[in-house]
Amino acid sequence: MAENGDKAGPEPSNRVVIGVTFGNSNSSIAYTVDDKAEVIANEDGDRQIPTVLSYADGDEYYGAQAKAFLVRNPNNTVAYFRDFLGQDFKSIDPTHCHAAAHPQEAEGTVSFTIKDKGSEEDASTVSVPEISVRFLRRLFGAASDYLGKKVTSAVISVPTNFSEKQREALVKAAKEAEVEVLQLISDPVAAVLAYDARPEAEVKDKIIVVADLGGTRSDVAVVASRGGMYTVLATAHDYDFAGVHLDNALIEYFAKEFIKKHETDPRSNPRSLAKLRAESEATKKALSLGTNAQFSVESLADGYDFSVTINRIRYEMVGRKVFEGFNRLVEGVIKKAGLDVLDVDEVIMCGGTSHTPRIANNFRGIFPETTTILAPATSTVAINPSELQARGAALQASLIQEYEAEDIEQSTHPAVTTVKHISNAIGVTTVGPDGEAFTPVMAAETAVPARRTVHIPAPKEGGDVLIKVVEGGTHIKVTKPEPKEKEEKDEDDSDFDSDEEEEETREKIWKIGSALAEAAIKGVKAGSKVEVTINVAADLSVIVTAREVGGKGGVRGNLRAP
Amino acid sequence: MASVATVTLPLPVLPEGWTGEKDFKALGQLSSAVERSIEPVGPHFLAHARRARHRRTFSEDDRIQAQEKAKNVEEVDDGEISEPEDPMMLQREAKDWKTQDHYKILGLSKYRHKATEDQIKKAHRKKVLKHHPDKKAAQGRTDDDQFFKCIQKACDILLDPIKRRQFDSVDEEADVDPPTKKEQKSGNYYKLWSKVFKAEGRFSKTHPVPTFGDVNSTQEHVEEFYNFWYNFDSWRTFEYLDEDVPDDNENRDQKRHVERKNANARKKKKAEDNARLRKLLDDASAGDERIKKFRQEANAKKNAKRIAKEKAEKEAEEAAKAQAQREAEAKAAEAEKAKADKNASKKAKEDAKNAAKKNKRVLKGSVKDANYFAGAGEASAAQIDSVLGDVDLVQGKIDNEELASLAGKLNGLKVADEIKGVWSGEVKRLVDAGKLKDGDVKTLA
Ligand SMILES: Nc1ncnc2c1ncn2[C@@H]1O[C@H](COP(=O)(O)OP(=O)(O)OP(=O)(O)O)[C@@H](O)[C@H]1O
Ligand SMILES: [Mg+2]
Repeated sequence: MAENGDKAGPEPSNRVVIGVTFGNSNSSIAYTVDDKAEVIANEDGDRQIPTVLSYADGDEYYGAQAKAFLVRNPNNTVAYFRDFLGQDFKSIDPTHCHAAAHPQEAEGTVSFTIKDKGSEEDASTVSVPEISVRFLRRLFGAASDYLGKKVTSAVISVPTNFSEKQREALVKAAKEAEVEVLQLISDPVAAVLAYDARPEAEVKDKIIVVADLGGTRSDVAVVASRGGMYTVLATAHDYDFAGVHLDNALIEYFAKEFIKKHETDPRSNPRSLAKLRAESEATKKALSLGTNAQFSVESLADGYDFSVTINRIRYEMVGRKVFEGFNRLVEGVIKKAGLDVLDVDEVIMCGGTSHTPRIANNFRGIFPETTTILAPATSTVAINPSELQARGAALQASLIQEYEAEDIEQSTHPAVTTVKHISNAIGVTTVGPDGEAFTPVMAAETAVPARRTVHIPAPKEGGDVLIKVVEGGTHIKVTKPEPKEKEEKDEDDSDFDSDEEEEETREKIWKIGSALAEAAIKGVKAGSKVEVTINVAADLSVIVTAREVGGKGGVRGNLRAP
Repeated sequence: MASVATVTLPLPVLPEGWTGEKDFKALGQLSSAVERSIEPVGPHFLAHARRARHRRTFSEDDRIQAQEKAKNVEEVDDGEISEPEDPMMLQREAKDWKTQDHYKILGLSKYRHKATEDQIKKAHRKKVLKHHPDKKAAQGRTDDDQFFKCIQKACDILLDPIKRRQFDSVDEEADVDPPTKKEQKSGNYYKLWSKVFKAEGRFSKTHPVPTFGDVNSTQEHVEEFYNFWYNFDSWRTFEYLDEDVPDDNENRDQKRHVERKNANARKKKKAEDNARLRKLLDDASAGDERIKKFRQEANAKKNAKRIAKEKAEKEAEEAAKAQAQREAEAKAAEAEKAKADKNASKKAKEDAKNAAKKNKRVLKGSVKDANYFAGAGEASAAQIDSVLGDVDLVQGKIDNEELASLAGKLNGLKVADEIKGVWSGEVKRLVDAGKLKDGDVKTLA
């Protein structure tokens, strides 16, 4: 992925690397110390740095300061432009730029006309790639300032649906901002890596849903994590339910409250609307932490100050439609992956909007208890959702910083990344309470080559045991609640509990598939365990080995490649 | 993966007689696999890459080949949701949103209630890209944002499940008109009605909705269909056609009045809709040849049963009659026979009597012919008497058969000695048999 072009990048040993996430709404920079990723605060003290540039009197502002100019100087403020990079004018959505500089088409690229020089009169047309260079330069500069060393290289996380053209444009922009892109990694996988790199994390086979709920878009991915390797099974990208839609719901709510009082619509005036928007977003964020928040704007419209409190319950009603949209989005992508909520081991919530307790609690409701919902509202070990991608990018940067650009390029080549994934689980049959049971050894969607080992108890009395290696699949068993018999009760409160409708229970059931092999381990000691190893080669041939744990010898056999 | 998973359920015992070469038996191969892209991220990937590369360098060709093999999880826009935009539609005003066809606005006319949320979002984005007023203005076109507002309204409604149901409830574009009388006769009866009920089925709370079927549908299917549809549970509502309720600030009474009016109107429309569906069903069933066929079949079956029953009854009756007749005849025959037998025995008796009389006459005649054993002279009256007395005595001791036999022997004899010989033979036989005593019949001995 490293794109060096004409000029060779820095020597690996001289690199100063960071991880970057470059969003439409916010960007973040992170670095690693002692294998731990830290997100860097810029000179304003922000770790989520608004992806905004603004020009006033020849000065360039970025981040939170620039965002503040959306009220006073929207026409010279450029915001929500990341998705325009590497795109044609006809394929961009200008919606979110409505209250900022408007995108236009100039010489075949998307551009903005802004007065970025000192004088009032002469405006320049600045292309999106150039805007990106300028913004990234500020971002990288903040990192260099913080680290006290000039940042030379970065890993940047991007959405999974970023096209080749968008990737190229981003790499080029970074390079112009004098940073070598070591690799572009995908947003959801960056988030997974941030969690998996924690020292307490174990490498486990699991299905992860990454819900990246941002400002202008929500991206959900289903990721199979197999032996520490990640495969994206399905994705969804949504531009109708995201952070700004919650802002919009609040804007409407507060505008109506204001109209009730002052009989004038603050939305009809762009400046009032900008103030309303900024304060609505701030109120929304405050409601993620507290159960009450103060909405307060000086001179909101017609010279009226406006100050009201809103509680979380009210907010959750106001945002209900968007919240429900998130539920459907997540359920939809799981279905797209051919899975069920019962298959999901973890939900990683990332992106700023994932701070919202209601959303995390709603997810808690649609997944079974066995699924971990990693969000501040539902888990004490959750990492700040706004920091996950930058952290993941920083971790990846530190992993590969020693590599020559050429090596990185070759190692991330599709010839290396395109790999067969087994469609069915492989396991052994064991004795369950209801007879023959399937015990998985290697999960479906494991990339090959792969090896898995399990220890399985022998029957209590020991003796000769059978190891039957089979493929396995799952299906969802739905049990309708048995119609409760109406019991005659003495107490009067009997209709209290009968009112509650019992929900049907759904469970994942393993089904034994086709037989692969049988092996015998003879004379196993009582109370002993048997170790079974399944080794699938890149060509799908299989080696099965089995032995008594602690015993000598054992059995070994091969299955031909199909 | 270095770690070892531990399992709780135990392994099975090796079955009796299990054998395998070196205790192993291969039984199959992995059934399937999919080529996917693993993410080139994380420490475990680096290890994989090292193994996979073996210091090899890949070319652009390798890249293309590998990319082609890998299953793509990002879908490409296949242009599936796009239809030409009606120029009249583009002139619409946002304030008339109540009468706008939200599906058509988004280019989803052919999907309607069937459009998935994903399709609606994609269609919406397409329209935004095309019609956003800021984009048009940037291209120097008029900054008319009316149609864009129509798009936003359409999206607003279609992405809200409740509002969408309300709109779908009154989306007549999704209706399929029932076939006319003429159409019904065109031979497409089942196809046409199928379409009608398929469209109506969108309002069903329960799924699956039974289909109308075709001419060959089983009676069970047809009955299930009508049964389901005559008890149709519909989610259709008519809020969408409500009159606008005035704002809070305005007259409260007025507000309440409109609300009540709306509630009544909804109820009325719902009732009308139920009646409409009932009529559809009545119409569909009225011309449904399958129902007629099933009825006829049922009738035929019933008739067949009745006829069979009647036949059986008649047969039984006839059989009984025949039996009675047979019995009567048998009885008559028996009576006849008994009579005949009786006559026969009477006759036999008479015959026997006559024969005995005749034989007795032979016996008497024989002693007369022998001149009562008086030789050549006239027999004395005493002689005659004693001979005849002895003949009577002998006669009294023998039955009819013996009599016949004796008569047979005597018949035709004229010579007195010969006659005498027969008689004495007879007397001797009787004496021997103890029926006569020696000397009882002196004249015949
Ligand atoms: N604490 C919070 N509670 C609720 N919402 C928050 C919070 N912090 C940030 N947000 C919201 O998160 C959104 C920004 O998300 P994020 O920082 O992930 O942006 P992004 O990835 O650049 O977004 P995109 O590219 O989708 O526009 C904004 O709408 C912001 O209001
Ligand atoms: Mg994001």
